[in-house]
Amino acid sequence: MVDTANPFIPTQYRIQKVLGETYDTFTVELVPLQDNDGFSFLPGQFNMLYVFGVGEAPISLCSDPAIETSIKHTIRAVGTVTSAIQRLGRGGVVGVRGPFGTHWPLDDAKGNDVVIVAGGIGLAPLRPALYQIFAHREKYGRIALLFGARTPHDILYKHELERWRGRFDVEIKVTVDSAINGWRGNVGVVTTLIPGAQFDPLNTIAMICGPEVMMRFTIKELQNRGVKTENIYISMERNMKCGVGFCGHCQFGPTFVCKDGPIFRFDRINTIFGKREI
Amino acid sequence: MGKNNKNTTEKVILKHDHFQTLIDLLKEREYRIVGPTLGEGAIVYDDLNTVDDLPIGWTDDQDGGVYRLKKRNDRAFFGYTVGPHSWKKFLFPSQLRLWKARRDENGFHIENDKNEIRKFAFIGVRSCDLHAISVQDTVFMHGIYSEPNYKARREHTFILAVNCGMAGGTCFCASMSTGPEATSGFDLALTEILQEKGEHYFVVETGTELGAEILLNVPHREAKKEEIHAAETIIKNTSQSMGRTMETKDIKDLLYRNYEHPRWDDVAKRCLTCANCTMVCPTCFCTTVEDVTDLTGEHAERWRKWDSCFTMDFSFIHGGSIRASAKSRYRQWMTHKLATWIDQFGTSGCVGCGRCITWCPVAIDITEETREIRKSEQTHSPNNSIKEGNNNENA
Ligand SMILES: Cc1cc2nc3c(=O)[nH]c(=O)nc-3n(C[C@H](O)[C@H](O)[C@H](O)COP(=O)(O)OP(=O)(O)OC[C@H]3O[C@@H](n4cnc5c(N)ncnc54)[C@H](O)[C@@H]3O)c2cc1C
Ligand code: SF4
Ligand code: SF4
Ligand code: FES
Repeated sequence: MVDTANPFIPTQYRIQKVLGETYDTFTVELVPLQDNDGFSFLPGQFNMLYVFGVGEAPISLCSDPAIETSIKHTIRAVGTVTSAIQRLGRGGVVGVRGPFGTHWPLDDAKGNDVVIVAGGIGLAPLRPALYQIFAHREKYGRIALLFGARTPHDILYKHELERWRGRFDVEIKVTVDSAINGWRGNVGVVTTLIPGAQFDPLNTIAMICGPEVMMRFTIKELQNRGVKTENIYISMERNMKCGVGFCGHCQFGPTFVCKDGPIFRFDRINTIFGKREI
Repeated sequence: MGKNNKNTTEKVILKHDHFQTLIDLLKEREYRIVGPTLGEGAIVYDDLNTVDDLPIGWTDDQDGGVYRLKKRNDRAFFGYTVGPHSWKKFLFPSQLRLWKARRDENGFHIENDKNEIRKFAFIGVRSCDLHAISVQDTVFMHGIYSEPNYKARREHTFILAVNCGMAGGTCFCASMSTGPEATSGFDLALTEILQEKGEHYFVVETGTELGAEILLNVPHREAKKEEIHAAETIIKNTSQSMGRTMETKDIKDLLYRNYEHPRWDDVAKRCLTCANCTMVCPTCFCTTVEDVTDLTGEHAERWRKWDSCFTMDFSFIHGGSIRASAKSRYRQWMTHKLATWIDQFGTSGCVGCGRCITWCPVAIDITEETREIRKSEQTHSPNNSIKEGNNNENA
């Protein structure tokens, strides 16, 4: 719901529900203050969320795109705006501009295996892709979700991951960088899950979101298994002030992450990705 | 600007003492007249009331890090080049309220904030700046979204261009194919002619119907062959006396090949990351936003301000700034101007106006930095190339 005549104007949404995910991360469910035609978006896109008098931050949509009456955002409180949203809590009103940016290649992925690799909060923008895949499960080959969190306390969407584990048509693997007492799962960085994951490298679309180093090593590992560079998609993060290609802050080489990204086909950016300070 | 009309290109002569009539006619049509005038120790762009507000008889001396006003020995209206200001300050103000909001029982609402924007008449736009305006048109009006504030100002702007009668010490429009002759994007374009016997007139070219309409009511006559020739000679001479040059062949790939080049370390030692270059540049468009509230906390406003890729905050994300070093910030700026801009908007981001050279406190020179990279490239391993990518593929 971007006002095309003035894309700077936010639309008011009420926080209908708040769900704690981890000690610093929470999910808000937003409904419009004024009735509208529903919010439609594509998996991987983001909104600019505004808190009255405080500021704006780009946050990915993480809900099921089939549901248009409400939207969800999973937010890690790391600074001014994200903490302010946390303080608003249930009933609070935020401004929403979006959806902005490119999306995961769910159409191109049809007929292929799909490997989804997420690090930390990077799982949030990938969740709508999983919802969409599950809604059209027969269109896709094998599905693997490989998720890495720093510690067991950092695991997002715990209940949902449990539920998905019960499905026989998706391979779910979770690992933590460092374990705590009682953790019986994998320990190690997320890339260690790649060699054992079930997919046909030559017919696989990979979707990756996480910190840049994590993405760098994930890409290497996937390429080692034979996944083609043009079948790898990553989501980039840059400072954003406008979301619509005007402020210049999100530039990454010749691209604007807000409009040419955040989802990039890797072969389009591989010559600059990983270069320092680009 | 009005519509272009091919039938209105006949050149005419406007006597210098009828210039005021032109201004008056524009005023009658409720234009806010802005143009060059003396201020802040330089020739700046500001409101003009009469022709006497122009820097008549003044000129400027420019070089790397140097700007000096000087008296001319004639009464030329436009006998200087470009100063620290550019027209972007009118079309794209350095500070602008994007909207205001008020707290209410439902949270908050955006308040109606329609302020009347007066249409501008730009007097004395140089060819490089016509190109700069066109570059910003592309940035703000030809993407997925159109920037409403820019558009509202731009759509009704009247442009009186001036062909340069002299080149400045830091000018290189001839290298960038952006001047010194105004070839499009104006309503009217003038070449100023001062003859030794005291004759002072303008050869006027019409670019649009609106321009023709205005001109209709200003006393003028058809230009003679030799007058047109005199104007052409002036432009040709200007073209041949550029203070700087820049080789643009293959420039995008040159810079893409040289993301890692020792010259960036060298310039980083000199650059103060003061951001002057980005402020004076007529095409630089980066902004930040500031959210403010009043004391009661009932009102909030969102302001947009010019920003610069030279600041540390510019690329800040959780965990730190992407471009923490001065080297990476200078590289970002220059590579954007001369290379990535071409992929983004289909034109160079540099129009060769020379402002960044003149106003750099330590005289860093974009033409020299480019030349040094080009010169030393052979001796430097070129394995860092980046290929042109179509990044809109999955949009
Ligand atoms: C496409 C995209 C999708 C994202 N999706 C999500 C998501 O789903 N969930 C999530 O939690 N996060 C997401 N993020 C990250 C999120 O946008 C940032 O964590 C958020 O902007 C932080 O904002 P803040 O105001 O809370 O933090 P702050 O760190 O207070 O603010 C960051 C902003 O303030 C300025 N700033 C703050 N501190 C400084 C400083 N020291 N120096 C200079 N400037 C400073 C910066 O300019 C920056 O714009 C996403 C980012 C992008 C680009
Ligand atoms: S980069 Fe320098 S010379 Fe080029 S347009 Fe900007 S200010 Fe003018
Ligand atoms: S190049 Fe010159 S003007 Fe630009 S930031 Fe560096 S010192 Fe300032
Ligand atoms: S966020 Fe402003 S240009 Fe991309």
